[in-house]
Amino acid sequence: MSDRPMIEIRNVTRSYGSFKALDDAKLSIREGEFFSLLGPSGCGKTTLLRMIAGFDNPTSGSIFIDGQPMAGIAANRRPTNMVFQSYAIFPHLNVGENVSYGLKRLKLDAGEEKRRVEEALEQVSLTGLGKRGATELSGGQRQRVALARALVMRPKVLLLDEPLSALDKKLREQMQVELRRLQQAVGITFILVTHDQYEALAMSDRIAVMFGGRIAQVDKPQEIYQRPATRQVADFLGGMNFVKADVVAVNGETITLETLGFGRITTAKPAGFSGNGASTTLGIRPERLRVMWDDEKAKHEIAGKVIERHYFGEITQLVVNVDGLEKPLSVTETNDFGADDIPVGAPIRLGYDPDALVAMAD
Amino acid sequence: MNRIMSRWLPAYAFLYIVFLYLPVIFLPIFSVNTSAVPQFPLSGLTTKWYEELPNTPALLDAAWNSLIVGVAAAVLSTILGICAARAITRYRFRGRTAINGLIMAPLVLPEIIVAISLLIVLLQLGFSLSLFTVVLGHILICIPYSMTVLTSGFEGFDRSLEEASADLGESAFGTFRRVTLSMVAPAIISSLLVSFTISLDEFILAFFLAGTDATLPLYIWGQLRFAAKLPGVLALGTLLLVGSFLLVTIAEVIRRRAARRTQNEGGAIV
Ligand SMILES: Nc1ncnc2c1ncn2[C@@H]1O[C@H](COP(=O)(O)OP(=O)(O)OP(=O)(O)O)[C@@H](O)[C@H]1O
Ligand SMILES: [Mg+2]
Repeated sequence: MSDRPMIEIRNVTRSYGSFKALDDAKLSIREGEFFSLLGPSGCGKTTLLRMIAGFDNPTSGSIFIDGQPMAGIAANRRPTNMVFQSYAIFPHLNVGENVSYGLKRLKLDAGEEKRRVEEALEQVSLTGLGKRGATELSGGQRQRVALARALVMRPKVLLLDEPLSALDKKLREQMQVELRRLQQAVGITFILVTHDQYEALAMSDRIAVMFGGRIAQVDKPQEIYQRPATRQVADFLGGMNFVKADVVAVNGETITLETLGFGRITTAKPAGFSGNGASTTLGIRPERLRVMWDDEKAKHEIAGKVIERHYFGEITQLVVNVDGLEKPLSVTETNDFGADDIPVGAPIRLGYDPDALVAMAD
Repeated sequence: MNRIMSRWLPAYAFLYIVFLYLPVIFLPIFSVNTSAVPQFPLSGLTTKWYEELPNTPALLDAAWNSLIVGVAAAVLSTILGICAARAITRYRFRGRTAINGLIMAPLVLPEIIVAISLLIVLLQLGFSLSLFTVVLGHILICIPYSMTVLTSGFEGFDRSLEEASADLGESAFGTFRRVTLSMVAPAIISSLLVSFTISLDEFILAFFLAGTDATLPLYIWGQLRFAAKLPGVLALGTLLLVGSFLLVTIAEVIRRRAARRTQNEGGAIV
């Protein structure tokens, strides 16, 4: 991956009447990066992807690919290729003809074309299936054909619109690994649209989280997960305990907060933080709260009472009531020390690292 | 209720089919009768009426005219049908249902009314009656059939296939040729065959709109005045019947096979 920007989205808005499917989006995606657009249904992910591909145009703003402005350039002239959500495999052509579809226009000599088709089929583990009819494929195979058909064009950017959502869980996880490996092998910029946070976290170099047509946060997976900028982002990426906090002091990049359960905490200032004297929200992920056994001690502890227990196989979720907090805390613990045996009603101490507490804009 | 229905349904179906097809059966039967008078018992079997057909110049002319009119009407109504079917299945525009209804209307209008109206309009416009005016009339009545066949061809068509083609670098025209046309080719062939058959068998419009050049049905009509010519007409009728039946069957087989192909997108789980 280089630092050279491959795609630049400059203040792009797409309106349908008065409704803004995409609202003033700004993004810079680097060459060779695996970038994900993550967000709930209807947040505008596909809208953005289709404008990059050239199937749709911004109402305002501009898109640059590899330094070139894309205004007025049709889809068939852009250095992008797309893997469609429905795969859009040509049903009247066989696998090989599907893959060579775009090559036909390049007028390569027959040997070169054949070599590139075979190389692409090999990249997606479909070697030898070139003669198979397009309607005689399983879902996973169709997905691979769509991938090969796009990769064979050697695009600068590969766009993937929820490519794995139609596959069952097992196959989906396998394809996540394969896609990531493939991206690293070919070194092409991948832009993946997904509403599955685990998929985005597992595969991406960076993620843009979107809500209602707006980009809420762009960052590396760990940062997005551990340091969500807003409550909405925190919520979308998995369980999070929210605690009300009063701002005591603001010093440059940090703020000091006073909470009832966790006491006084100094932490990084959230991006959208407006002024002091206000109240804000602190968050801590359930797995960052640790059950303290018997005489175990932690530097920072909070005490409460177990009011619910939910068993999930490898982990157990405990719901813990803490005096002074308006909502009980959710705690997840692996089952290797017997968290699944903790009785409901038992008193419990929870250890935490103050760094795991994040201040967020609401 | 259901029980009564299911008891009587086979009988009803049987009667219906007898009523519909019995007269048609007489056509081939009397066409191989040695006597010129169509009555039972048959006086003997012969193929002489068929053998005489190629030796009748007026009939050959009529057949040639029918062929020209049929091909022209089929091609033109299919081209127009492609444009209309694509627009109607693809775009949601105002008045879409109304336009669809108007295109399908000739299907239910009395043909004689259509024929007379067309005759008046064409004469007013200064056309002289010829095979060309017959073609115009036939296009009008063929389009509803073309549309029906073509719409079903275009409907099974996923829009993203065209986008995928554009995405892979193909131009709008190339996409139309390599994806759209190839995929609806069976529907197009089917539309051509059906329109051709309709034009071949059509009488009323041809009767009003043809000038001096007769089509096959007009020729048959002309021959009916002569009792002696009846067996020849029966033989010709039989041939038309068999030909039409074959064409329509082929058209339907092609259309179904294509429909299966586009709907079977899910594919087998391997
Ligand atoms: N042609 C259109 N006309 C009007 N509204 C549209 C159109 N296309 C999309 N929208 C709206 O724009 C919003 C964003 O749509 P988009 O398809 O980008 O969502 P998405 O994030 O891809 O969602 P999903 O995960 O369901 O695919 C939606 O609310 C949708 O209803
Ligand atoms: Mg979408």
